[in-house]
Amino acid sequence: MLEDTRYEVVKGRIFTKTFMIFTFFVALMVILLGIRFFKGLGAVTNLSDGYPWGIWIAYDVVVGSALGCGGYALAILIYILNKKEFSPLMRSALLTGALGYTMAGFSVIIDLGRYWNTYGFFVPSRWNPSSVLFEVAVCIMAYTLVIWVELTPAVAERTGWDRRKVEKVVMIAAVLGLILPTLHQSSLGSIHLISLGKLHPLWHSGFLPLYFLSSVILMGYAVTSAESLLSSMYFGRPYETPLLKKLTTYMVYIGFAWILMRFLELLLWGKLPLVFKSGLYSVMFWIEIALFLVPSYMLWKLRGELTPRKIFVYSIIYLFAGALYRFNVYLIGWNPGDNWVYFPSFMETLITLGIISFEFLIYLAFVKTFPVLPAKEV
Amino acid sequence: MAEEKPKNPDRREFLKKSAAVAGATLLPGMIGAKTHYASDEWYAMLYDATRCIGCKSCTVACKRVNNLPPETEYDGIHDMAMDLSAKTKTIIKLYKSKNGEFSFVKRQCMHCVHPACVSACPVSAMRKDMKTGIVFWDPSRCIGCRYCMVACPFEIPKFEWDKAIPHIVKCDMCKDTYLKEKGTTACADVCPTGAIVFGKRYELLFEAKKRIREHPERYHPKVYGERDAGGTSVFYLAPKGISFEDLGFPDLEESPARISESIQHGIYEIVIPPFLTVGALYLVLKRSKKEED
Repeated sequence: MLEDTRYEVVKGRIFTKTFMIFTFFVALMVILLGIRFFKGLGAVTNLSDGYPWGIWIAYDVVVGSALGCGGYALAILIYILNKKEFSPLMRSALLTGALGYTMAGFSVIIDLGRYWNTYGFFVPSRWNPSSVLFEVAVCIMAYTLVIWVELTPAVAERTGWDRRKVEKVVMIAAVLGLILPTLHQSSLGSIHLISLGKLHPLWHSGFLPLYFLSSVILMGYAVTSAESLLSSMYFGRPYETPLLKKLTTYMVYIGFAWILMRFLELLLWGKLPLVFKSGLYSVMFWIEIALFLVPSYMLWKLRGELTPRKIFVYSIIYLFAGALYRFNVYLIGWNPGDNWVYFPSFMETLITLGIISFEFLIYLAFVKTFPVLPAKEV
Repeated sequence: MAEEKPKNPDRREFLKKSAAVAGATLLPGMIGAKTHYASDEWYAMLYDATRCIGCKSCTVACKRVNNLPPETEYDGIHDMAMDLSAKTKTIIKLYKSKNGEFSFVKRQCMHCVHPACVSACPVSAMRKDMKTGIVFWDPSRCIGCRYCMVACPFEIPKFEWDKAIPHIVKCDMCKDTYLKEKGTTACADVCPTGAIVFGKRYELLFEAKKRIREHPERYHPKVYGERDAGGTSVFYLAPKGISFEDLGFPDLEESPARISESIQHGIYEIVIPPFLTVGALYLVLKRSKKEED
């Protein structure tokens, strides 16, 4: 299993300048959250009866958890397709995932108007299996736990816990780590099946769960590549270029397949004229498609001669593609009526920035405390 | 662990068979969305736009009975709600066409037959009383996720954005107030022209169709709510020449909850079992191979 790979702790102080900048944004968020909890959601957000969900859901939860799917996407390669060579990337991908999911959960609590009733998810008489959000909530809670369990070997290596015991639990976690994201990441698309009539037909489709699931796997590989290159650069470590080159192949496959599926559906359901006739929606649709197409084409064309910089750039474009697709479904293509508008407020955006900063903070502290990044070849 | 008992072949056979029977009866019922039927006994309301004079007595009565504050943001001396809100559960709007034809329209919760809000609510805080058909909100369960607002095709549930302890607000047919005391809704009771009628669902549907039949020159030929969005318990009659889309109603053949539930259930019941089966087989094969080695 993963244990063939060697990992190491990054050396260096935790409290660096970068660390302090992130701390500043986190502090700012704490103050703003005080306003949110004492004065209500309206005091800090631009949410309205027309747009009950804003960037805290579209970005922090939906995109945020998608960015946390690196571990899941790699697990498909490693455990199902048996490509063990990707194991060195796994642990840091799991860390990003654990942080992404924990922060997504944190954002949900901030966003929930009546958070004190959340215990209802553990009261069977309140369960509503018809609700897509019920499934999403339960799966995300469970997966957040699972992903931290998957990280325990890193802690065990440092603290000297019994490895055998840990491995057994981790095996179960690994299986759940394959099932749970498949369920809830597709369901994050299914959530808007019920927006029939509100979500523009360019996005409303029975294939929403499939589009969300396939693009999240793509985003998982992209975020793993970007994160690996970024941490190599920041900590002055060697780039994992050969491994990441292989990973781009899978991104290209999914990228092209995704665009093909999208157009095939529009064609078969007779929605193709909408791609030109829908004004702003058409523009957003084409930007979304371009963001998927450009990196797929370029990565395919450059196959042999990919440099770390190019892999990084195209991975980031893929992340924007997946993020824009999610924004299109959750906000831009979602129209409750022309008398409503939504654009995030300054404070709302600062809270999101605070959450992202918090993620970076923990990442930096974690990799300097526990062995997460692949060990340098000696 | 208990001692291994010799297994009774008859009993095993019986268990197998009963499992098969249970599976065969349960599975078809679980696949796809349930069909939702309206009960004749459900409470309902009929709004006849040709009788409404726009006096807004209904809005005032609703606020008085249900303890809702006025909305005086406009100039400080008028209760002037522009739309339904957390302070206004019902409102009279006016539609005016380019050629000057106009019609009032009352808006409030439609108390759908297959409500999207109820289907969406993850913690069953939004429920439909199957005796009365009333769709109501339960503050003891609500987590404030606002998925009901996202899901509702009529934009009905509203949220108290300015409160630290916010409520979801929508019409509940005066279930705990006027209906309890007087046996009708406040808006229907005060309406001076009989534009709003409270009654049983089947009676009102019959009445609505009768009005169209007797005065086809006066009415739009359709009763909105009979089948729209999967059927509602609030029916609308529009004046001839004005469509329901003009009055702000969505053109939905079925409840949005239907597509959501059928795909969601479909994924669970049609896609997942084969994967689980393949997975289980794989594990069995792997194990037996290990034993061979």
